[in-house]
Amino acid sequence: MLLKNAEDPALRTLAGYRGYGGYATLEKAYKEMEADEVLKELEDSGLRGRGGAGFAMGKKASFLPRGEMDKYLCCNADESEPGAFKDRELMQRNPHQLIEGIAIAALAAGAGHAFIFIRGEYDSQADVLDAAVAEAYEAGYLGKGIRGTRRDLELVVHRGAGAYICGEETALLDALEGKRGNPRLKPPFPAVQGLYGGPTLINNVETLSNVPHIVRNGAEWFRGFGTEQSPGTKVVSVSGCVRRPGNYEVELGISTRELIMGLAGGPAEEREVKAFYPGGSSSPVLMAEEGLDLPYSFEAMAEAGSMLGSGSIIVADDSVSIPHMALRTARFYHHESCGKCTPCREGTNWTVKMLERVVRGEATPMDLDIVASVQENIIGHCLCVLGDSMAMPVGAMVRKFRDEFEAVIAAAQGEAVAA
Amino acid sequence: MSPVDGIGIDNPDLPVDRAVTEGRVPDRSPQEIPELHEVDCPDELRKRIEELMGRYPDRRSASIPALWAVQRLYGWCTPEGIRQAAAVMRVTPAYLESVASFYDLLHTEPVGTHKVAVCTNISCWMRGGDELLGAFRAAAGADTDFFVTGFECLGACDIAPMASIDERYFGPLEASEAATAIEQLRAGAEVLPEKALEKRPLPGGPDA
Repeated sequence: MLLKNAEDPALRTLAGYRGYGGYATLEKAYKEMEADEVLKELEDSGLRGRGGAGFAMGKKASFLPRGEMDKYLCCNADESEPGAFKDRELMQRNPHQLIEGIAIAALAAGAGHAFIFIRGEYDSQADVLDAAVAEAYEAGYLGKGIRGTRRDLELVVHRGAGAYICGEETALLDALEGKRGNPRLKPPFPAVQGLYGGPTLINNVETLSNVPHIVRNGAEWFRGFGTEQSPGTKVVSVSGCVRRPGNYEVELGISTRELIMGLAGGPAEEREVKAFYPGGSSSPVLMAEEGLDLPYSFEAMAEAGSMLGSGSIIVADDSVSIPHMALRTARFYHHESCGKCTPCREGTNWTVKMLERVVRGEATPMDLDIVASVQENIIGHCLCVLGDSMAMPVGAMVRKFRDEFEAVIAAAQGEAVAA
Repeated sequence: MSPVDGIGIDNPDLPVDRAVTEGRVPDRSPQEIPELHEVDCPDELRKRIEELMGRYPDRRSASIPALWAVQRLYGWCTPEGIRQAAAVMRVTPAYLESVASFYDLLHTEPVGTHKVAVCTNISCWMRGGDELLGAFRAAAGADTDFFVTGFECLGACDIAPMASIDERYFGPLEASEAATAIEQLRAGAEVLPEKALEKRPLPGGPDA
């Protein structure tokens, strides 16, 4: 659905997109539909946010207060979660699908101003969006009096400057207001008090890219894909130890084995899957034996104690050292912690230091208990979930692969003694 | 400039800046908004920042884009450049500096002309990202024209191990290709045309 025709480079242009029927839904929604009708369609579809939290998109939009006031829509294109690269593909190959989705969602939410917050590293994709937005303005799909109606929408592409934390929705708002990207205390939630203090709807690129399809074909049609609790398709980024890393659009509920071993080709010859992150680096890792045979859906991953997150699978085969992978993961969150909340700032720092001691062989098994308890003390104790995003996978790795951590400590100590 | 920071000279109730009574020029405080005539801002930069401010309901939203404009012009966010942007935006240089220092892609110290960021995060690490970073460092050597860094996930795990070279993505790269890329940059030639992300087909596409 989302990656349909994506092989055609002409799809990036307005003419190419229209050639495949693009913008007809925007035209219909703006000319013939009430905002409430559009909103109802989105609510009925059961579309869940594709950015990580999986919250129902239509429900979120319905939280915005009604009435005349300045409301905003922010498209979160700050894709920075290690393992995730689907939004990059969607923006690069089909920018107009996103713009159409933003325009229709803005209509439903009553927003007059929309922003695409794209990470600064995606310079080439931001150029594609800039060109597409200019074309859409030119053709009257954006701006004042859209397609001859009395409805307006301004859309600005805003480039970030390199900070993972800006993918957190309230930090994103601060960055968009021109500040350092620090998360805010919630509540108030952005739907009530967001950008410039106004009600704000924040959605991920993939979520918004689904919107034209839902409004064109109806909620019922959309629910025909995927599972009861996870309707629709999902663009899944598969990377790490697989033969064909890349983005695969699948129906939610597909077998995880089919995704990793089938579509992505599985690990190299004579290697076996050892573990994988099912939903980006912040999701608790699953061991091959507990995870491969699960259906790939929000509910199945949650039941297994992990999460679907942004839908990014990172596969580790039996050649990968889990303690080293834990250290790599922790280093990332330590680097990206904004420093506002103590449990995250200090917790990520000390986790890195302790894991470094583990791989150097200077730790004792008791230190592993301390690592585990630090993780527990981060979760739920900060303004945002950045700290939790380290604590969950690192905690899971220490718990599930404790033998391997102990073996690494023993081996490194053995080497030290031998030397 | 007012002798009392940021407030009118004609207010007799305010304490005096001792620098004025002692006949010194008051310190240029980064907490003070500089006037345009004091900063010698190039017209092009001023117009660009004014245009950027016009896009947002609040002009301060333009601070990151304005700093990008400064960096594009001077190669990094120089103190003078930040003062110029501050004067145009009517914010303090300290404010813009606090923003610039938060973000990885905005440089508050001089960097080389060619920027090479090699991803060393999980998926790239599994496929040789550290070795690739080492190869780029070795190939660039002491040449200050190059700014080679290890970087957190760049969102291109499908082409791991990869690097962002002058803001364009390339991968999957062999360690040996680092030297080729550096040579191509030195010669002003197109960099690794076969490895550009834009040329990569969809893995799930009809050709796969």
